[in-house]
Amino acid sequence: MATEYGIAESSNNKKIEEKKMQTQVTPSSLATVAGNREVRVPGSEMLGTGLETRGVHAWFGSKHVLSDVSLDFAAGTVTALIGPSGCGKSTFLRTLNRMHEFIPTAALAGQVLLDGKDIYAPGIDVTKIRLNVGMVFQKPNPFPSMTIGQNVLSGLKLAQIKRSNTDELLESCLERAGLWGEVKDRLNEHGGALSGGQQQRLCIARSLAVAPQVLLMDEPCSALDPGSTFRIEQTISELAKTMTIVIVTHNMQQAARVSDYTAFFLSDGGPGAMIEVAPTSKIFSSPVDKRTEDYVTGRFG
Amino acid sequence: MSVNTLPTPQKPWKTTNRQRFSTALLIVAAALISLVIIGSTGLNGKLGFLSTLFITSSLLIFIQQWRLRDKAAAKDSLLSSFALLGMIMTVIPIISIVSTVVIKGYKGIHIGMFFNDMSLNSVNDPIKQGGLLHALVGTIIMVGGALIISFPIGVLTALYLTEIRGKLSRPIKFLVQAMSGVPSIVAGLFILSSLVYPVTKSLSGMMGSLALSILMIPTIARTSEEMLRLIPSELREAGVALGGTQWRTVAGVVLPAAKSGLVTAIILGMARIIGETAPLLLVSGGGDSINLNPTSGAMGSLPYYIWKAFLTGGTEEAFARAWGGLLVLLAFIFILFGLARFISGRRVS
Repeated sequence: MATEYGIAESSNNKKIEEKKMQTQVTPSSLATVAGNREVRVPGSEMLGTGLETRGVHAWFGSKHVLSDVSLDFAAGTVTALIGPSGCGKSTFLRTLNRMHEFIPTAALAGQVLLDGKDIYAPGIDVTKIRLNVGMVFQKPNPFPSMTIGQNVLSGLKLAQIKRSNTDELLESCLERAGLWGEVKDRLNEHGGALSGGQQQRLCIARSLAVAPQVLLMDEPCSALDPGSTFRIEQTISELAKTMTIVIVTHNMQQAARVSDYTAFFLSDGGPGAMIEVAPTSKIFSSPVDKRTEDYVTGRFG
Repeated sequence: MSVNTLPTPQKPWKTTNRQRFSTALLIVAAALISLVIIGSTGLNGKLGFLSTLFITSSLLIFIQQWRLRDKAAAKDSLLSSFALLGMIMTVIPIISIVSTVVIKGYKGIHIGMFFNDMSLNSVNDPIKQGGLLHALVGTIIMVGGALIISFPIGVLTALYLTEIRGKLSRPIKFLVQAMSGVPSIVAGLFILSSLVYPVTKSLSGMMGSLALSILMIPTIARTSEEMLRLIPSELREAGVALGGTQWRTVAGVVLPAAKSGLVTAIILGMARIIGETAPLLLVSGGGDSINLNPTSGAMGSLPYYIWKAFLTGGTEEAFARAWGGLLVLLAFIFILFGLARFISGRRVS
């Protein structure tokens, strides 16, 4: 069971091969991968002080799907949310930029603090929140009516942000998303003409254009092949230098590779809850909770 | 270097000529059997022959498939036969209508009809005199007016149903569906009694547009709603997640993505009303001369022109004139459809 994660990563890419060498998947080997990343101390050069949640609960209709999650995301860190399907991790992610309320039956309790201010407080402009906390979805969803270039800059149009040097912004966003080299000559083509992995990087570039301080990623690689996954992980590592990233993933190798902290979510039939959060290397080497250990060693889920 | 042994591309799954030949033989056999049945029983006529032919050939192919392959293949062939029958039953009336209109109508077509009206002529005059310019212009003005009124209202209704999804969605959806069943004469009478008699006290093209709008709005609203529902909600989420308000997301992402669907809605709406005669008779009357002012005076239309030529004439010329008008109306609709396909087809999928 556990070795599937190693096999799933098969790729011609040398770096991945190297990582596989180190990680013939046991909990301790996952921890080795994670240990290779230095855990960043919240940087003073970062904008803002990060994102915190206080006792977040979530409901759909009368169904309680998420219970009492308090979790801090320090500025400039990458946090992975792992756990089996239906454990509420995606729901939790969507409470962080108020996309939760997009579903008509949704309800919520608790606080989500961005730079110390509750994003659910009355009088808060929800569009401003979403500008500061961007999101990349599971399925690549470039806007079909727009060209590649228009897609990247669409956030400016949607949020009515005036900017003069859009060409520069276009290039830097695509550059940071690791897509510039592949699309610089075809900016006027439609986004649908790109491959799935390129579309997802286009979506990342699109969320970067409005300069968010936090980027939420909801299983961004689950629809992609290993090569594209590797490119996106590289992109995440690059982006983590300048922003806070929260990523939901089913791929524990990925969590180990890209994240500084990992939070494990689980539902025991009732609402999902956060079982444990710790530096990623610790989660994969010496988790405190038995259920976390069972999950990361592939004994269930 | 090895010898180039590239195989030639083949399609082994295609029907072979041998199979085609045996099927053709079966159909010929079925035709002969049908002739015998027609000759020996009370059935006769083309329709009798065709239905017998269909039944016997389906049966023969069914038996052939059963013998060559198995029961499942035989059932499969039977279903194919019925699908073919359904297709033929749809296509024959269409071809029949179009060909009748073309055959009877082309005698009524001459170039002068597009430059003259009927103000100086009666429907019984020789076909070369007079024309339908006034009717064509009237139809364009009234349908265009109806479109200007109906498109925004219809699309806004659809947006209420798909984007706002308010508490009134269900009753409104029901009302819109019920409204699409409103008989056209009712739309005409409604405008007549609510606007023409009490307010304007005269017939005009604008009243015609309003009556047509009543018929057009439900079609546009329903079609746009279906088209907007096809837009994946991921796109709306992406727009909102980029800091767009709901309105900007709709205007910048949802509507552009649904563009070709909205064009389809326009075309279906126009197709719904372009041939309407009854409401126009009531509220815009029917002029015989060109009237470019939709706010006053009776206005002609193609359906009215056809109706008048059929009903008030009686001579060969009048009938030719009516069929000619029908052909122009049909061509007009075809051009609209072609244009819509062209516009919506330019989208990159």
